[in-house]
Amino acid sequence: MTAVEPTDAITFPAARGGGCPFAPPPAYQEALEQRPITRISLWDGSRAWLVTRHEDVRAVMGDRRFSADARNSGFPFLSNGRRELAVENPSFIRMDDPEHARFRRMLTGDFIIKRVEALRPEVQRIVDGFLDSMTAHHPPADLVAEFALPVPSLVICMLLGVPYQDHAYFQERSRILLHNHSPADQVRRARDELFDYLEELAERKEREPDDRIISRLVARGDLTRAEVAGMSLLLLVAGHETTANMTALSTLALLRDPAQLARLREDPALIKGAVEELLRFLSIVQSGTVRVAVETAEVGGTTIEAGEGVVCMLSTANRDDSVFAAPDRLDVGRDARRHVAFGFGVHQCLGQPLARLELQIALETLIRRLPGLRLAVPVEQVRFRTDTVVYGVEELPVAW
Amino acid sequence: MRVSVDPDRCCSSGQCVAAVPEVFDQSEDDGVVLLIQSRPPAELWFAVRTAAGICPARAISVQEP
Repeated sequence: MTAVEPTDAITFPAARGGGCPFAPPPAYQEALEQRPITRISLWDGSRAWLVTRHEDVRAVMGDRRFSADARNSGFPFLSNGRRELAVENPSFIRMDDPEHARFRRMLTGDFIIKRVEALRPEVQRIVDGFLDSMTAHHPPADLVAEFALPVPSLVICMLLGVPYQDHAYFQERSRILLHNHSPADQVRRARDELFDYLEELAERKEREPDDRIISRLVARGDLTRAEVAGMSLLLLVAGHETTANMTALSTLALLRDPAQLARLREDPALIKGAVEELLRFLSIVQSGTVRVAVETAEVGGTTIEAGEGVVCMLSTANRDDSVFAAPDRLDVGRDARRHVAFGFGVHQCLGQPLARLELQIALETLIRRLPGLRLAVPVEQVRFRTDTVVYGVEELPVAW
Repeated sequence: MRVSVDPDRCCSSGQCVAAVPEVFDQSEDDGVVLLIQSRPPAELWFAVRTAAGICPARAISVQEP
């Protein structure tokens, strides 16, 4: 395949279309259909490749010739904030093996299926608690502020050993980190403040240890305080932003599709598969995932030179009709487990068993306890988060 | 069917355990894959193929005659 002319490059990120709010931007969909590996032009004027097909996304993310380490030249930065986070004190999400595996394996034991499943009663209690508070007052309520965000936020605080009463402090700052248009100095300040907060917390755990993740990382003795803070920051941000946005968007997607909602209501056993399908259908990591070729490699018939950046578009891979029949339809009964909503390769989401557990319990409970759940505003008034790493809604006013 | 796993490649996603708990387990320490049985009965073959297909680290190999 010959290189496309620079004028053909898609400006990244592309805008979503005016149709279904859950569909990927039309420019990416068109790429998937017509030129599945294509050139994009990034915010800072640099160029990279956009990879859109399921098979190609899995090939890139499963291939060590594509590095996640932003210290390699040519790494594509999707915003100021991402550059700030990736270059100075990077967490293991921006490292390659074996360095990455060393840090990741310090945490994988906390997210094994059995251990996460054992959290079910506790997560159910948390879900019921926030739903009790929300329904204690008259509708409407903002489902994001009163349910979708506090549930995963409290759960990850509990696992890490972070005081939940500080949630406003880290939620405000993590939103700055994940917003595409946050100025560099603002991102740096938010990152530094979060680092300071978590380093202080780590220091406190040295004096007053507990059995939670941060304390156990401190007790290992082979990590610097900055390394503990960096790992904690990654878990804290990834642990609540993603699940919160998935919970709210899933609720909206089901409310907009009463037939699918009715199926779930009639057969609650569908919930596990429904969560996989919602992960596929919504693919909330709208920025895609980024890599840089450290060796020249061929992907799907296109040669990617060493030093060229690649953006893997998870949302289009999850709507690739060679893998998912009628991909634009939400079907809670399909087997969607081949989706790449959690990424692919050795960096695939560490917390995925926890995310699944939280989503299954939150959505099942919401549907069961609030049979009259409905939007409290016309859908046109719902504001979507388009300029962020993670897609979502600003608020979701609901009644019941 | 003969199943084998490569613990060095495994990244502890847990997807194999979720798909076929009769065949795959995880180490308590770091979540790395443990093989419970390498010759699963035929009724589990479909699920084992699914597990191998979704493993993000491609750490599961399936040999079928």
